[in-house]
Amino acid sequence: MGLFIIRRLGVMLLTALCLTFIVFWLTNLYPNLEKLAKTQGNFRMSDEAVASYLGDRGYLQPMPVKFGQWLGVLPGWVTEREEADETFGRCFSAGTPEAERSTFCGVIQGDWGFSTVFKDEVGPTVATRLALTGKLMLCVLLLMVPSALIVGVLAGMREGSKLDRSLSTFSIATTATPEYVSGVIFIAVLASSKFGISPLLAEWGWIDGKTLFLGSATSAMADATFWNFFLPVLTISLYGMGYIARMTRASMTEVMTAQYIRTARLKGVKFSDIVLKHALRNALIAPFTVIMLQIPWLLNGVVIVETLFNYKGFGWLLVQAASNNDIELLLAVSVVSVIVVLVTQLISDIGYVYLNPRIRIS
Amino acid sequence: MEPLTWTGSLAGLNIIFSILIALLALGIVVQILLSLVPSTGGRAMAADGTLAAEKGAAGFLGFIVNWLFFGFIALILIYLVLGIFMGTGAGIFGGMARQLLPVWIALIVTFSLSITFKRRLGLYGKLFDSTVGMIGFAIVMFWVFAGVMGGVFDMLVTHDSLSQFSGMKNKLPGTPLRGAEEGDFQWFLLGGDNLARDVFSRLIKGAWVVVLIAPMATIFAFMVGITLGLPAGYYSGRLDTILSFLANLILAFPVILLFYLLVTPEIVLTGIPNYMAAVLFIFPVIFFAVLLNSRYYTQPSFRTPLLIVVLGGMMWAYLSLISNDGVIVSNDNVLIPGLPEILDWIPMPPEILVVFVSVVFVNSPTVFRIVRGLALDIKTRDYVAAAQTRGEGAWYIMLWEILPNARGPLIVDFCLRIGYTTILLGTLGFFGLGLESESPDWGSTINAGRRLLSLYPHAAIAPALALLSLVLGLNLLADGLREESLRD
Repeated sequence: MGLFIIRRLGVMLLTALCLTFIVFWLTNLYPNLEKLAKTQGNFRMSDEAVASYLGDRGYLQPMPVKFGQWLGVLPGWVTEREEADETFGRCFSAGTPEAERSTFCGVIQGDWGFSTVFKDEVGPTVATRLALTGKLMLCVLLLMVPSALIVGVLAGMREGSKLDRSLSTFSIATTATPEYVSGVIFIAVLASSKFGISPLLAEWGWIDGKTLFLGSATSAMADATFWNFFLPVLTISLYGMGYIARMTRASMTEVMTAQYIRTARLKGVKFSDIVLKHALRNALIAPFTVIMLQIPWLLNGVVIVETLFNYKGFGWLLVQAASNNDIELLLAVSVVSVIVVLVTQLISDIGYVYLNPRIRIS
Repeated sequence: MEPLTWTGSLAGLNIIFSILIALLALGIVVQILLSLVPSTGGRAMAADGTLAAEKGAAGFLGFIVNWLFFGFIALILIYLVLGIFMGTGAGIFGGMARQLLPVWIALIVTFSLSITFKRRLGLYGKLFDSTVGMIGFAIVMFWVFAGVMGGVFDMLVTHDSLSQFSGMKNKLPGTPLRGAEEGDFQWFLLGGDNLARDVFSRLIKGAWVVVLIAPMATIFAFMVGITLGLPAGYYSGRLDTILSFLANLILAFPVILLFYLLVTPEIVLTGIPNYMAAVLFIFPVIFFAVLLNSRYYTQPSFRTPLLIVVLGGMMWAYLSLISNDGVIVSNDNVLIPGLPEILDWIPMPPEILVVFVSVVFVNSPTVFRIVRGLALDIKTRDYVAAAQTRGEGAWYIMLWEILPNARGPLIVDFCLRIGYTTILLGTLGFFGLGLESESPDWGSTINAGRRLLSLYPHAAIAPALALLSLVLGLNLLADGLREESLRD
């Protein structure tokens, strides 16, 4: 088991390195750098001005060198400008006394760089946004996992019954509804003061405000309430829910046809006891993997929903970084998301081995 | 002119319709609740000595719910048929039903032909034994016909999908067209969007973009996945390790980040999408070359002309796909000449190419994993061992022994994956990536409409529902196919 985890960690590290290098390479292509120089300097820069701007800031070094500097395994660049008599570099700004200049600064040293869009250190920016998205994800998981499991177990306990067919149709419908579709429908139906059910409810005096829910989650960043936070959470949960529910149903139906369930039934155990005590534990092994593997997919949903509901979290940050080619921010964002993907894969593998005693990894 | 209501002079039917829906919902809920308590029906002895469970309350209820469901379907058909005859007299639905008349005819023809000959049509015919599969197939074919007729032949649409009409900005569904001339369609059936264009016509035009790109991209993804997945599964070993690592690498990428990195104008400038296209689109050519060669290499007199004809045609298509205005890649640093413009019969605008390439790129690793898993499983079968004993070549075994036996899961996954590709295309449109902003595809339209969502939701709701129904149809179709392919 230990060896297995170590090997997996090695592959993980390699994957993360490869992926960050790909992101690094794509963001550091010359047209992207040119755009960066023009947005940071001014838009009417001549080609020479662009080249000297980029050259001064170390962008024109060979790709592996730049990547090494970003990682912190190579010394950062230093530019000495004769005419202005100043020296600045990757790791220190102009005017830093020579004794305090550090040579290495990269991810390994804990320095994630500087965001050109937000004019702030990347590390704290990502951390605050990540905390906001963490709140969203926690609510999503709290809503999605229990409801998906309940739907799956109810559908799977009597295969082919009316309940099964209704719930299966429901889960197919949710998997067919991407977030940008369900979000749009929810806002139009539940959060519009002119259409849908909110005007009706307001007229009858059933709700205090103008709308049943708020169509924008910006205020939920500081203070999340049911009113302003439920729609984004529901939108993400629905899309992921259908898949988990279908997997749970499949695993539940398989367990319900097993020999030991038949034995229990013949012994005269109550049906509710069979489902809750005998079937449920074995039926939940497969969905565990699915739930863990679903988390990276939630990341996609988070990006869409945060854009749609204007919730300034991690997904929103990704969109901002990517659309403005904010290289160091984008790299940090992709490192975080790649780590999320790989860690959830690892957890699902290890968890599966622990939960299912029939599998042993030597 | 009066604005249209949703059902016009058929409004009297609405009350029946809502009662029917309420009863149906109530019936299903009661049925579910009844199924939770153990059935108490007695046993009845029939005259011939057989024992039958009495239907009891649950059976009676099931009977009622069935009839309510039939009534519901019949009422929808009544709306449709009356709408076709009365046109806009039957409101917006009537107007749409009449506009879509060619689609209904095509659907009826397809279904009657298929059901008549279903025993001779293999898996496709078996689809018509499953209700779920038929519903899914009907929805999918509806959008396919609507897309082809509207997009290629310019039927169905009421107005030009790009021109703006003064005074129609953000108008509600059913608003009469201001200053309509003789011969113009008099209404905006689904209203106007925020640039005063007709939502209904854009919906139909957008269907064509989706119906064209999604299946094509999925086919290419399958070609890539199959061509790489079969040897990975069959040979295993180091090849498998390397290919699987690469596939996992792409799969670990958040899709949206990948899109943002690939589908920006700056990256298009560097020509990376063109290189990717050149690599990804070569796979169908390789696939068919190996497929035909492995089968006919024992008969060179037949094989050689066949390969020349097939590969010649495919190479031509390949070159015209990847080259544009006579060049494959053209920027400051590199210029790779492609097919001359005269021979270039597939117009591939750069923005469509980028979208196409990125969707294929995202989908192929998943297909690769599925094919690899199937190949790993099937290669242990006896018929593979028999073929190996006969001395067949490796590629013959992969393509003519393993692949046909893996077709069931692959066809099902193909349907699901078209749906997933549709969702991906919508995602691209939603973030305003790739296609131009005036493109009528559903994702871009949702993106354009979402800004005014709480005031004028119709412009975003119409494409949202369209996308939902198409993906739902594909999912149901896949479910029906899975059920039927498991049966034999």
